[in-house]
Amino acid sequence: MDERTVRALKAGDVVFIDGTIVTGRDEMHMRALSLKKDARPPNGLKGATLYHCGPIMQRENSKWKVIAAGPTTSARMNSLEAEMISRYGIRAVIGKGGMSGDVLEAMKEHGCVYLAAIGGAAVSLAECINEVKGVEWEDLGMAEAMWKFEAERFGPLTVAMDAHGSSIYNDVASKVNGTLKKYHS
Amino acid sequence: MIKVPEPLEDVIVNLLRLANTKLPEDIGWALEAAAAWETNDIARSQLGGIMDNVKKAEFAGRPMCQDTGIPVFYVTGKIIPGTEDAIRSGLRKATDTIPLRPNTVHPITRKNPGGNLGKGMPIIRYRPTDDNFTEITVIPKGAGSENMTRLAMLNPADGIDGIKKFVISAVLEAGGRPCPPTVVGIGIGGTADRCVELSKEALLVPADSVNDDKDERELEEELFTILNSSGLGPMGLGGDTTVLKVRVMTECCHTASLPAAVNISCWASRRATVKISADGSAEYRQK
Ligand code: SF4
Repeated sequence: MDERTVRALKAGDVVFIDGTIVTGRDEMHMRALSLKKDARPPNGLKGATLYHCGPIMQRENSKWKVIAAGPTTSARMNSLEAEMISRYGIRAVIGKGGMSGDVLEAMKEHGCVYLAAIGGAAVSLAECINEVKGVEWEDLGMAEAMWKFEAERFGPLTVAMDAHGSSIYNDVASKVNGTLKKYHS
Repeated sequence: MIKVPEPLEDVIVNLLRLANTKLPEDIGWALEAAAAWETNDIARSQLGGIMDNVKKAEFAGRPMCQDTGIPVFYVTGKIIPGTEDAIRSGLRKATDTIPLRPNTVHPITRKNPGGNLGKGMPIIRYRPTDDNFTEITVIPKGAGSENMTRLAMLNPADGIDGIKKFVISAVLEAGGRPCPPTVVGIGIGGTADRCVELSKEALLVPADSVNDDKDERELEEELFTILNSSGLGPMGLGGDTTVLKVRVMTECCHTASLPAAVNISCWASRRATVKISADGSAEYRQK
């Protein structure tokens, strides 16, 4: 995805993705950020569509197959994502539950969106993956490795945080705060 | 003596397969009912996507969610010798064959021993009785929702209002992280450790069964209404469906204590039970 496409998206839009997506959770983020500035990042990370996902994979006749691949909780990567976006030019982050304010800021500054996948829809989403193109950092384990998937009509994904500072989560939070306040006075 | 016709290890594999690939009917009905009353478009699409995924998982015999969690086993009745070894080897086999995601790691080194095993794993709770059969129940629970668990050692003076406040913050502050709509298990009473256990046991009760304890039931109903009118919605993206069920379980506690615990389960509220009779026949159910 290029910056123009990303900036054209608005919170509330529903999209499907065709193309390459790479997975990354806590360990993958930490490894990517611990690389020396002049070190070569793994192929496919620059400008990637980054999927917060630790899939179930199975090897069949030496080929990897995706069994289940739903999103993981994005908030665990809150403290790492802004740097991932600025350093590697991540254009879209797919996950569940949303991310913090500084990530929203980084998205606005560098041109990136947060796409909410349906949490737990692991079989439906796995069916949108046509091919496993490779895996990096396999030593991190099945859930934490960086998998590269070729996807077709991957979704539905809701643009939940856009590149203009809008976030569905912020809108929902102001409503939810009403209930919280009511019972805490 | 209970004789087991097929290796107990294989019974465990079947049990884990059932729990991970098929959503209990009562949860399915709760999702359908929610989809029918939901007014928010994004929320409706999330609920539709969830139900679609549930059907696909059952049809394909695949785990409905990639986070097959940490399974907790409850063994009751007449305990068959060798149960613990069978659960362990069954879990390893299930991890390879279903397959399940190998989730367990050492808490400090973060090393993954594979097979969902390792020190203390899996978690097994025994409750022997004089019955002539054994029952094994498994609840596989993902980290997204387990990480939202909370315990509060409230003061008796905090009373029922203190409990409500505590539950409302626990569920609403969790936001979209535990994949709402959720089932909320609430333990009240006991000691600190027992209270947390109770909150998880509450998730084992089918969502469509009516609580016959009046105090518990009234609290369940009130919290259900408050949480669903909060606007949090499926996946925290807004809507009328935040919880599918609130279940309260109480036990007596110290006169100077008021322990309360919340254990949230995602919509993928998985569970399965097998009853092994004296003649060795195994009956599986999700009720
Ligand atoms: S919270 Fe439940 S549905 Fe969501 S990813 Fe975790 S296990 Fe799956």
